Amino acid sequence: MATLALTPCGDFRTSYREDTTIFPTRTSRNVAIASVALLCLVPLTGDRYVLSLMIQMGYLGIAALGLNILVGFTGQISIGHAAFFGFGAFSSAWLVDQGVPVVAAMPLAGVMTTAVGMVFGIPAARLKGLYLAIATLAAQFIIEDFFARARWFTGGVAGRVTEPLTLFGLRFDTNESYFYVVLFYVVVMFVAASNLMRTRDGRALVAVRDHYLSAEMMGINLTYYRTLSFGISSFYAGIGGALYAHYLLFVSVEAFNILFSIQFLGMIIIGGLGSVMGSMMGAVFMTMLPEVVQWFAAALSGSAIDRALGLGAAVSYLREMTIGAVIILFLIFEPDGLAHRWRLIKAYWKLYPFSH
Amino acid sequence: MQWDLLLQLTLNGLIVGTLYGVVAMSFVLIYKASQVVNFAQGEFLLIGAWACWWLLTEFQLPFVWGFLLTLVFMTVFGVLLQVIVLRPMIGEPVISVIMVTIGLSIFFQALMKWMFGVFAQPFPPIFETQAVRIAGLEVQSVYLLSLVISLAIMAAFAWFFTASKYGLAMRATAFDQQVAQSLGISVRMVFAMAWAISAVVSAVAGVVVGVVNGVSSGLSFYGIKVFPAVILGGLDSVLGAVLGGIIIGLLENIAHFFDSTILHWGNMFQIAPFYVLIVILMIKPYGLFGTKNIERV
Repeated sequence: MATLALTPCGDFRTSYREDTTIFPTRTSRNVAIASVALLCLVPLTGDRYVLSLMIQMGYLGIAALGLNILVGFTGQISIGHAAFFGFGAFSSAWLVDQGVPVVAAMPLAGVMTTAVGMVFGIPAARLKGLYLAIATLAAQFIIEDFFARARWFTGGVAGRVTEPLTLFGLRFDTNESYFYVVLFYVVVMFVAASNLMRTRDGRALVAVRDHYLSAEMMGINLTYYRTLSFGISSFYAGIGGALYAHYLLFVSVEAFNILFSIQFLGMIIIGGLGSVMGSMMGAVFMTMLPEVVQWFAAALSGSAIDRALGLGAAVSYLREMTIGAVIILFLIFEPDGLAHRWRLIKAYWKLYPFSH
Repeated sequence: MQWDLLLQLTLNGLIVGTLYGVVAMSFVLIYKASQVVNFAQGEFLLIGAWACWWLLTEFQLPFVWGFLLTLVFMTVFGVLLQVIVLRPMIGEPVISVIMVTIGLSIFFQALMKWMFGVFAQPFPPIFETQAVRIAGLEVQSVYLLSLVISLAIMAAFAWFFTASKYGLAMRATAFDQQVAQSLGISVRMVFAMAWAISAVVSAVAGVVVGVVNGVSSGLSFYGIKVFPAVILGGLDSVLGAVLGGIIIGLLENIAHFFDSTILHWGNMFQIAPFYVLIVILMIKPYGLFGTKNIERV
């Protein structure tokens, strides 16, 4: 994937350190800081619907970023990400049940999910491409079965109720307050991922993706980095799941099915494989998609189309169909995802009117 | 030990296993010819079964005509799918191709639920007698038919690949696309044909299962059960697919037997094949008959 250099004319990098900064220009850094500051103001509007959507985008975005590190950066495929997301949610709820405060339970849930991810990562060290895809598919079903079976851990069919986050006497149990928790985690996790890609380990992951034989010849331990990538990806999934658990305050066994896993894959494909910000764009897109379908169905209700097709009753199927169709259309027409399109748009305005 | 139950379940496993074998075979056909891992194989069963059910109930067609029309429809469907969706994906990385078939899978699954509902619908009765007794065991007559059909399909595959011109062209394409093309084989046509045959054969399996258990969205789970079978047999081996299917069919029924009589864990019927799948991938990822992929730089 070719990245377009968007540095101003005449701005040449003279050191390696300058070349690997997260923000290529001072403006881009200021814009990033300003947009986080702007996001802090969103709860003041008090629109609960918008807030709940944004919280969803937050925890899904974190998990999608984890999957992108695995798929986009390391080139390993996983069709079982929702199972790890669910494992994080249950671990956090279970830890709280054991008397661990919620603040500590969330990161600990991430660590527990990492451990499980590493176990399933062991076959991944030997497998590639579609064999790995099938192995993670099996992992999805095995973990789902474990959820239904392990009553002590998940509460069985009834699911598990958990408590909201409390810190210094504050209870984060409203949309307004929880938004800041999610925003904090999103910023931390995304900055961490961006930084990871600047380190030796991050570059090793990309080398494993691009040509694993050459990477091995250059002294990169394939088994280590493939397992590591699985671990990091599971950690992100676990944190996302923990955020989900303490937002909804209830975790149900059926929520983490294969369709959810496919949605995660859809997010990173729509957002752009191998792009940190693309993961967030994909999560935003995937969260908005069902809502938009819903709006359309609502807008058409009572019209001739609605009467002919029975849209009202079929909204849930329509959503699934749109998810499938969007994944296919993106892969055929925009395989580099929204992140690539965004770069093109930026380049267009930067170079306007002399784009050639 | 309840020997009757064990024998009955083994027989069921054998019959269901041959059906898995047939689906696995059509999966391997696509993989061999066009290097695409088809996650939408189960939806072929689903679409075929619903199409046949719709023709039989809506238009009151006799079974034979409805069945033949379904096959014609599935041929067209398979070719169109390959031409419209899969052809632009040639040359793309593995993950993109896998994701396209996954996208197709959830699209068609939801479409079928929308069109026909979520409840299982029984086929109109086809045979006079519902079950026959063989050696003291109750066997559904449809199951017997399915066994016959499966064996017939397998024989047809064997003939197709060893004796017919198109079968040989397909094998050549599977071996090396460029060499096949330079020998005058139309690789495009081979790809389209592979998808059409695969869709038709899966639809036959879908109709058979539909006649036995009723048509419902649960049919698409056959597409997932195919994975343990093909990995066990080796991804690119037709013979391996058949054997893998039979072994998985037997395995899940025997696991079910021990589960219901001794262990009482529950749900082993569904999950046992996936444990086997993980174990095989750990110790022998190329399966029993698969070609070992030796990489050179």
